[in-house]
Amino acid sequence: MLEIKDLVVKYGGITALNGISMKVEEGRIITLVGANGAGKSTTLRSITGLVSPVSGSITYDGRELIGLNTKDIVKMGITLVPEGRHVFADMTVDENLMIGAYLRKDKENFRKDIDFVHEMFPILKERSKQLSGTLSGGEQQMLAVGRALMSKPKVLMMDEPSLGLAPLVVKDIFRIIQKVNEEQNMTVLLIEQNANAALKIADYGYVMETGNIGLEGSGEELLSNERVKELYLGKSKE
Amino acid sequence: MAWSDLLQQLCNGLLLGSLFALVAVGYTMVYGILRLINFAHCDIFMMGMYFAFFFVAKDFRLWPLSFIAVIAATAVLGVGLEKVAYSTLRRQNAPKISMLISAIGASYFLENLATVIFTAKPKTFPQIPFFVDMMQIGSVRLQRLAVAVPIITVIFVCILLFLINKTKSGMAMRAISKDLDTAKLMGINVNGTISFTFAIGSAIAAVGAILWGLKYPQISPLVGVMPGLKCFIAAVIGGIGNVKGAVIGGLLLGFIEVMAVAFFPEISAYKDIFSFVLLIIILLFRPNGLIGEKIAEKV
Ligand SMILES: Nc1ncnc2c1ncn2[C@@H]1O[C@H](COP(=O)(O)OP(=O)(O)OP(=O)(O)O)[C@@H](O)[C@H]1O
Ligand SMILES: [Mg+2]
Repeated sequence: MLEIKDLVVKYGGITALNGISMKVEEGRIITLVGANGAGKSTTLRSITGLVSPVSGSITYDGRELIGLNTKDIVKMGITLVPEGRHVFADMTVDENLMIGAYLRKDKENFRKDIDFVHEMFPILKERSKQLSGTLSGGEQQMLAVGRALMSKPKVLMMDEPSLGLAPLVVKDIFRIIQKVNEEQNMTVLLIEQNANAALKIADYGYVMETGNIGLEGSGEELLSNERVKELYLGKSKE
Repeated sequence: MAWSDLLQQLCNGLLLGSLFALVAVGYTMVYGILRLINFAHCDIFMMGMYFAFFFVAKDFRLWPLSFIAVIAATAVLGVGLEKVAYSTLRRQNAPKISMLISAIGASYFLENLATVIFTAKPKTFPQIPFFVDMMQIGSVRLQRLAVAVPIITVIFVCILLFLINKTKSGMAMRAISKDLDTAKLMGINVNGTISFTFAIGSAIAAVGAILWGLKYPQISPLVGVMPGLKCFIAAVIGGIGNVKGAVIGGLLLGFIEVMAVAFFPEISAYKDIFSFVLLIIILLFRPNGLIGEKIAEKV
């Protein structure tokens, strides 16, 4: 289980997280919704050690993550699909998938996992020798998700994976999230602008408001919450 | 100019260009991964020459073993430099300018250290007959070095390109140079990979140092400064960050310097300016170097 307690993060003088707490239980899909600048990305970047919090704690199976190197956190099975894709543009699609499996030692299963990713995103198979920088934005997003899956994570964190994708592909991504969650018991921590879709598949959700957790509850609870409806689902009160 | 003279000069150009290439790749590799101009690289090169002076002078016949020892010692020195002068700053997220100043400081430190240990009096590099004997090809009389250096350079450049493009460590190097945070997220050991880059760049500089010493057998603590400057220019001309570019830049610079002196012997005293003139001309037309990519510099 991943647990965050009273996490405070500052960028220079700006407070990005103002003492948030949350729990991500094993095998669940948890979603994080909230307005722009609420601190969602900062939360995930803190978990992976890319930003250093001022105070608070982040534990995974009881082990403190704050202070660890990113590579050691990744080694524990926590992976992040960063906001804005960040595929390695001058590497081929295949190389990007290979680098996703950088830490893995089990060569035998490597082929199987590439096949799994190809099955999920057939376009990546067609384009396997193409330089990733020349893929379309949506294809790059699929590659970023595929690359993360190649590391066989225990906890898969995704920062707005559906950004800039066509509705049909968004549906694909959500289907894949549910599939890996069910079949591989992968824990998923998901940031989404599309709060409606995210809350529908989530077991539990957190609503962030400028550095704080404003609301939390099961997916259904939040979906039917008036305030959430008004602010994040684009539905006004009748 | 007679045909055989021209051939002779072409060989000299290739020889000098290969030497430049071997040192230029070190500048380009460090720049690629840290976005830092490693000013101390030319002093690593100089130390490599002194290592060679001491290791080889013991016994000529053991030169292959000595060379391996020189390469290893220089690589260790390069890694040590990174740990002391750069790594400590990097861990504290020091700004780029601090790193640059540290690089300049490290350069002065090594030059002065060499003066203290080896004195400023020039030493004569051991002349290994296998490399410096003359040989006759048709009407051209050459030092064996003229053939050996390009071959050795090609071998090392091929090994380096293989390393960068086909191995896991090379993949890690490329990933870090493009996108540090994402490379970390892939689980790449950033500090280890940076050390590895310094080791490789310094090892290849050591190869260059040995061959340079055989060709120009006078060594002193400042012997690295002018070659270092030219090799840095070679890296910039080729497109800094790009290994192939550094090799091309080095060869180009070597040829131009040799040819300019051959055709205009009266200006041979000013031969060092050609590199700078070429640098200015190329940067005017291709600001990113001959095969450099456009780098959106984040400062
Ligand atoms: N590197 C940084 N330097 C300074 N301020 C930053 C930095 N990164 C984020 N911030 C600030 O921290 C706050 C939270 O940012 P964060 O990226 O976590 O928001 P977010 O919830 O992911 O927003 P979005 O939905 O737009 O992606 C914002 O006010 C942002 O301006
Ligand atoms: Mg964000």
